[in-house]
Amino acid sequence: MNYLRFRTLWLRNSRVWRKHIMATLIGNLGQPLLFLLAMGFGLGQQMQTIDGLTYLQFLAPGLVTSSVMYSAAFETTYGSYTRLSLQKTYEAILMTPLGITDIALGEICWGASKGLLSAIIMLAMLPLFGVWPSVWTLALLPVLFMSGLFFAACGLIMTSMASNYEFFNYFISLILTPLFLFSGIFFPLQTIAPRARIFFELLPLTPIVSLSRMLCYGQFQEPWLLKIIGSLLLTLLACWLSVILLRRRLIQ
Amino acid sequence: MTPVPSPTQTAAPAAGDDIIVQVSGLSKFFGSRCAVDNISFAVRQGECLGFLGPNGAGKTTTINMLLGLVAKSGGAMQVMQLDIPRQQQAAKRLIGVVPQADSLDPDLTVEENLLTYASYFNIAGRTARARTAELLDFFALANRRQEIIEHLSGGQRRRLLLARALINEPRLLILDEPTVGLDPQARHLIWERLEILQQQGTTMLLTSHYLDEVEHLSNRVLILDHGSIVAQGAPSQLIKELVGTEVFVIEGTAAELNALEKSFKQCNAAMERVNDRLYVYTQEDCSRLESLLKNSRSWLRRPASLEDLFIQLTGRSLRES
Repeated sequence: MNYLRFRTLWLRNSRVWRKHIMATLIGNLGQPLLFLLAMGFGLGQQMQTIDGLTYLQFLAPGLVTSSVMYSAAFETTYGSYTRLSLQKTYEAILMTPLGITDIALGEICWGASKGLLSAIIMLAMLPLFGVWPSVWTLALLPVLFMSGLFFAACGLIMTSMASNYEFFNYFISLILTPLFLFSGIFFPLQTIAPRARIFFELLPLTPIVSLSRMLCYGQFQEPWLLKIIGSLLLTLLACWLSVILLRRRLIQ
Repeated sequence: MTPVPSPTQTAAPAAGDDIIVQVSGLSKFFGSRCAVDNISFAVRQGECLGFLGPNGAGKTTTINMLLGLVAKSGGAMQVMQLDIPRQQQAAKRLIGVVPQADSLDPDLTVEENLLTYASYFNIAGRTARARTAELLDFFALANRRQEIIEHLSGGQRRRLLLARALINEPRLLILDEPTVGLDPQARHLIWERLEILQQQGTTMLLTSHYLDEVEHLSNRVLILDHGSIVAQGAPSQLIKELVGTEVFVIEGTAAELNALEKSFKQCNAAMERVNDRLYVYTQEDCSRLESLLKNSRSWLRRPASLEDLFIQLTGRSLRES
């Protein structure tokens, strides 16, 4: 089972994580839940329904995807960079039969797992806000895991290029925050002029947000399959690139 | 006596099988800078090879090439007949490494560190736990089993790094500055353990700036400077051939030292002046000249050491590139 060697790094990370479980869960879930509360309950009272959904219902599935994005990307930036530089974990691992690919896959899968966990906890809490997900939500979980793989791989790409923690400010301010705001989580993209809308539709988080909304309420809209295939290809590309860049970073 | 970890016994070696590391014509360029310049050497089964050189001489680069962390620019490397870097993964199962920088998992306990590392080698749980207990005993860490790494002393961390390097029962142990920054007690405990491993036949590649450590542990040394090998052989023999048997270190004014330098020419000796000091490296017994030193400010006579050899071959200037 050579190609599954990366699981040992996943297990190592989960062993460390279990020691700081509360702090990381609150860190990952705090922001999306507060947004749901403020925007959904606060702002939502004043708004009309969108595509037959209350604003709270409209908002909830998108915020779930944002929690996946943030947990996965933070894990493979701040977390991985700490292991890369401060703790020299990768250096130690490279003395063993594990190679660069194993490290990259282990880190990406771990980041995606943390993302998925955040999503599951958030989805489980939605009924508290009066939002009831459909049974199709179970089919959403693999999609969210894939999205977690994508953002974890993006984080690892940043880590491979980082020379200090400040570098991640670019990633957060220039990539994650715009994705959070403009991927159709807070407002429907249908209202945007068609020409500009293409740009928003092509953002990597947008298809995940709309898939999340579809599956959460069991209402399908074309082209859902295209969105899944496109996201999958993008995820593979990001993983491949992260392995290349990590190798360049670690092997002189 | 502490129980020792199971020895790394091997069957009777076939012809050529006793070569653990074979490096030939190895080179590394970083851009246009040549860090390792066409070096060749071998490490034989059961031997401890001391790898010496000033900072920037190419020691760490060479070791990192053996581990596949630095890509070679030319030449060939084999570890236990496995081609590096092509068969690196298989080779790493047989190698243990004590890195220069502490790379223990700070969030995990002493025991968890070893178990986690064992998992990277795909060592089964039961075997890993038995081996962990054995190694913690051997390195006098059994009572710190549940301790978080942060609470360990420098010496304990180094011992744990050593234990970690042995978790896969390696046939080759690579030690990069294994006792750097430790107090004498901690160093001696580590030396003692390394000697036991040596007696069991573990092959070692050791780099250190503590030349007493190298003299103590190595059967053979290899001195690198500016990426090339400048000398190799048994330490005592190299010292005798290249430095001499004894060293006089004499302090005095320039005039006094000039006069002494002349007198010492009667004896078979090489001399070196550093500021107001005269170093005399004697090839024969020059004790008869001791009477000349009565009026010197201070002087001493001692056996020539590896440090003298090292300075002689690599010079006195600082290497702080």
